[in-house]
Amino acid sequence: MKIAFTTSGNGLDAPLDSRFGRAPNFLVYDLNNETFEIVDNQQNLNAAQGAGIQSAQAVARTGASAVVTGHCGPKAFRALTAAGITIYTTEAATVAAALADYQAGALVETAAADVEGHWA
Amino acid sequence: MILAVASGKGGTGKTTVSVNLARSLDVETQLLDCDVEEPNGYLFLDGEAGGSQEVTIPVPLVDAALCDGCNACGKFCEYNAIVSFGKIPVLFPEMCHGCGGCMKVCPRRAIQETDKRIGVIETMRSGNITLDYGLLDVGVAMAPPLIRAVKKRIRNNTPVILDAPPGTSCPVIAALRDVDFVLLVTEPTPFGLHDLRLAVDVTREMAIPFGVVINRLGIGDERTHDFCRKENIPILMEIPDDRGIAEAYSRGELIVDAYPEYRNLFQQLFGRILRLAQQNVTDDTSERRSNAR
Ligand code: SF4
Ligand code: SF4
Repeated sequence: MKIAFTTSGNGLDAPLDSRFGRAPNFLVYDLNNETFEIVDNQQNLNAAQGAGIQSAQAVARTGASAVVTGHCGPKAFRALTAAGITIYTTEAATVAAALADYQAGALVETAAADVEGHWA
Repeated sequence: MILAVASGKGGTGKTTVSVNLARSLDVETQLLDCDVEEPNGYLFLDGEAGGSQEVTIPVPLVDAALCDGCNACGKFCEYNAIVSFGKIPVLFPEMCHGCGGCMKVCPRRAIQETDKRIGVIETMRSGNITLDYGLLDVGVAMAPPLIRAVKKRIRNNTPVILDAPPGTSCPVIAALRDVDFVLLVTEPTPFGLHDLRLAVDVTREMAIPFGVVINRLGIGDERTHDFCRKENIPILMEIPDDRGIAEAYSRGELIVDAYPEYRNLFQQLFGRILRLAQQNVTDDTSERRSNAR
């Protein structure tokens, strides 16, 4: 199973980006073989509207079945849910910390969008 | 003659100029309030309501029985208003521009149109003025289709004064498209000048002839006048920063009612606009003629 983390960097030590729709990169971690790949989300940074929906499509294309981020807006939430992707929000500082929390079962599944649209 | 009254930002006196100008003309005049997020021209007019019409845009409706989740619709939609993840698509109607594209590209003909209300157009009669104003529903971010619906009301045989939304974004472009002349209302302050420059850029880009009205002359500085002189932009009227005018405004009264001498000034303003618009038409034709040669 794969999990996508929002990040501005490109390694496990990189900070976890708090925004889902406007995160520069996704670090897609494969739990089965403990490897990861970086997926560029840059084209979304300038999207006038619907960045969260485009990000959700990008995550869906990576094959991830969960996403870990800081905040998730309502449109991204609907799109991710429709794609069957589970959303976890956390305040963990780095991707590695968020991954450790996930593996320890310390992350709680988000049941609704937690911010207004402009965060998405 | 379709005249748009615009400004780089709100609160410069755009509506004051539109309504006073409309009232000053001796003929039947059509006033269109295209500031659909905050129409306020009607506040200055006493009159009888002349009806109201709902405005809708077509948004997609997907038939789950026909859809196979191919996402051709999502790939097409520029606005991210529809997207499929291998199943029946998710719709975001508040982002849909009603272009109809997804319905055309759906290979399974699974998408139909359904009407979504975005606002209303209210009509009001007051003396020589027929006012049509658009009023966008709360939470709807789709001003341009409503503005276009208001502009469909344009009649050919009367002067039309169109109060444009403030700013320089899509709604402004929708309002200014196909007008004959744009009057830019500004205040002579550094902030006013900054916004005026942006508005001038948009108007020039759209190749519409334009002129400036300086409102609240006396506040601020000379830089707006200097700018207009340097850029060869005609200043067509100046309205002084006058306590009496401000008080009339706060009572919801027209300047031309409180100070009848202004009637004449607004008529002169309209005369100048007509001449400039006319000139532009002749320039255009002579240009076309010389090109043809
Ligand atoms: S294009 Fe038509 S068939 Fe394909 S996902 Fe969209 S609605 Fe379904
Ligand atoms: S009608 Fe146009 S804007 Fe609306 S969902 Fe379809 S393609 Fe997108």
